[in-house]
Amino acid sequence: MSAPMQGPVMRHLAVAVVTVVAVVAAAVAPFAPAAQAQSRSIVLASTTSTEQSGLFAHLLPRFRASTGIDVRVVAVGTGQALDLGRRGDADVVLVHDRPAEDRFLAEGHATRRLDVMYNDFILVGPSADPARTSSAGTVMEAFRRIRQAEHAFVSRGDRSGTHAAELRLWELAGIDIQQARGAWYRDTGTGMGPALNIAAAMDAYLLADRGTWIAFRNRQGLRIVLEGDARLKNRYGIMRVNPARHPHVKALEAQQFIDWLCSDAGQRVIADYRIEGEQLFFPEAAR
Amino acid sequence: MNDIGLALRQALSMLVTLDPSLVGVVLLSLQVSLGAVLIAAIAGAPLGAVLAICHFPGRRPLVVIFNALMGLPPVMVGLFVYVLLSRAGPLGPLGLLFTPRAMVIAQALLVWPIVVALSRQAVEDLWIEYAEALRSLGARWWHAVPTLLWDARHALITVLLAGFGRAIAEVGAVMIVGGNIDGVTRVMTTSIALETSKGNLAFAMALGFVLLALVVLLNALAFTIRQRTMPHGT
Repeated sequence: MSAPMQGPVMRHLAVAVVTVVAVVAAAVAPFAPAAQAQSRSIVLASTTSTEQSGLFAHLLPRFRASTGIDVRVVAVGTGQALDLGRRGDADVVLVHDRPAEDRFLAEGHATRRLDVMYNDFILVGPSADPARTSSAGTVMEAFRRIRQAEHAFVSRGDRSGTHAAELRLWELAGIDIQQARGAWYRDTGTGMGPALNIAAAMDAYLLADRGTWIAFRNRQGLRIVLEGDARLKNRYGIMRVNPARHPHVKALEAQQFIDWLCSDAGQRVIADYRIEGEQLFFPEAAR
Repeated sequence: MNDIGLALRQALSMLVTLDPSLVGVVLLSLQVSLGAVLIAAIAGAPLGAVLAICHFPGRRPLVVIFNALMGLPPVMVGLFVYVLLSRAGPLGPLGLLFTPRAMVIAQALLVWPIVVALSRQAVEDLWIEYAEALRSLGARWWHAVPTLLWDARHALITVLLAGFGRAIAEVGAVMIVGGNIDGVTRVMTTSIALETSKGNLAFAMALGFVLLALVVLLNALAFTIRQRTMPHGT
C-alpha cells in the first residue's frame, strides 16, 4: 500500500510531473504544423549511388537557392525507387537502369525520360587479383575468369541499377548465373555501400559504380581491377511521375527540378562535383 | 582497435562542439520516440490494466497475443505502416508518408504491445494484493483501473523506459516510413546505417556512442524521478 502523501513527496512528485510534461510537450510541439509548413517541397526517389556519393548534398542546396524548392531524397535501389513512383509516393525519379525505366514509361507512370548524367561502373577486387581480371581486356572476359576461378564475388542482389547491370554482364559473358552460382557467388541483397563493406571484409570481387567507390572510406584491400570497357557506361535518367496517373504529384515543382537539372546551370553543378579532385558524374542532358 | 578509439574521440568532439547537424538528428530522434511512447502509453497502459483485472471471454488469447507482439520485427511494422500510408494505400490521401508523423505512428505501433503486456503484468501483481480491499469497497473496474495504474506508477516508469529503448534503437521501421531524408526524417539510427554504408565506420560508431549516451542520460533521469517519488520504507 502506498504511504500517506507527505509534503516533500508531493513536491518531488510535482517536479517529476512537470518535468515529464515539459519533455513530452517539447517532443511533440514541433510536429504540429511545422512538418507541413514548407509546402514547396518534392520527394525525389533516387538511388543509393547518387546519395552515398554525396552528389545530392552538393546539388540540392544550389537548387533550393535558385528556386526555393526543397527536394527530399529517398535513396533506395533503382527497382524500389521506381516502385515508389508506381505507388505515387514520389514526384520525381532519378535512376540508372534503362530497361526498367522503359517499362516504367510503357506502364504510363511517366510520359518522358531525359538523360541527365553518366559515369561508369568499375570492377573492384582484391589487390592481388587472384582471378587475373586486370589482364582480361574486356569485362566479359573478366567475369568469365572470376567464374572459372570461383573466386568470391559479391552481388548486390537488390534489383538496383547496378544489380541489373551486373546480371546483363553475366549474360553477355555467356554465363547463366542462375546455373553457375555456387558458394563463391554471394547474393547479399544490400545497397552499394554495404556490398562494398562485405567485399572488403572477404576480399571479393564486385561491380560498383564509380561515384560510390570514390566516396567510399573503408576500402581495406580492395582496388579497381578493371575499368574503361564501353560496356561499363552507367547512365542516369530522370522522369516526372505522371500527374495524370497520380493527381497529387507536385507537377509544377517536379518539372522545375527536372528543367533546372538539365539546364546549363544544373549541368555545370553536376560537373563541378568532385572528391579529392576527381569528377564523379558527367553531364549529358540533351540541349 | 584504433577504430573504436577514434570513434570515441569523434563522439566526444561532436558532443562538446554541439555539431548542429548532429543536434537536429538527436532532437528528431527524441521527438519521434518520445511522441511514440506517449501515444503508446495513453493507448496501452489502461488496456493493460483492464486485461489484468477484468475477466471476459477471449482475455487469455489477447494476453498471449500482446506478449507475442512484444517481439514484433520493426521492419514488418514499417512495411505495414508504409502500405497504409502510401499514396496507393487506404490512408494515402493524408500525405503522411516520409514525414516525422509517419515515424511516430510506426514506433507507437511497435511500442504499444510492450506497454500493454508489461503494464498488465505490473497491475496484475498489484491486483493480487488489492483485489479484496477494492472489492469490499464495492469498486467497479473503471474505478479500480486508475487507482491501480497510479499505484503501479513506479513500475510503469520502467515499462515506458523499455518502450522508449525499443523505439529509439530501432532502424527498420523509421527507415521505411521516414525514408531517411536529410534534415526531415533522418534520425540517429538511420544516420548510423547511412554512415556505415559510406564506409565511415568510425563516424558511424561515434554516432552510436552519442545515441548510447543519450539513452543512459534518459534512464538516469527516470531513475532519479523514481527515487525521489518513491516513498521510503515500502
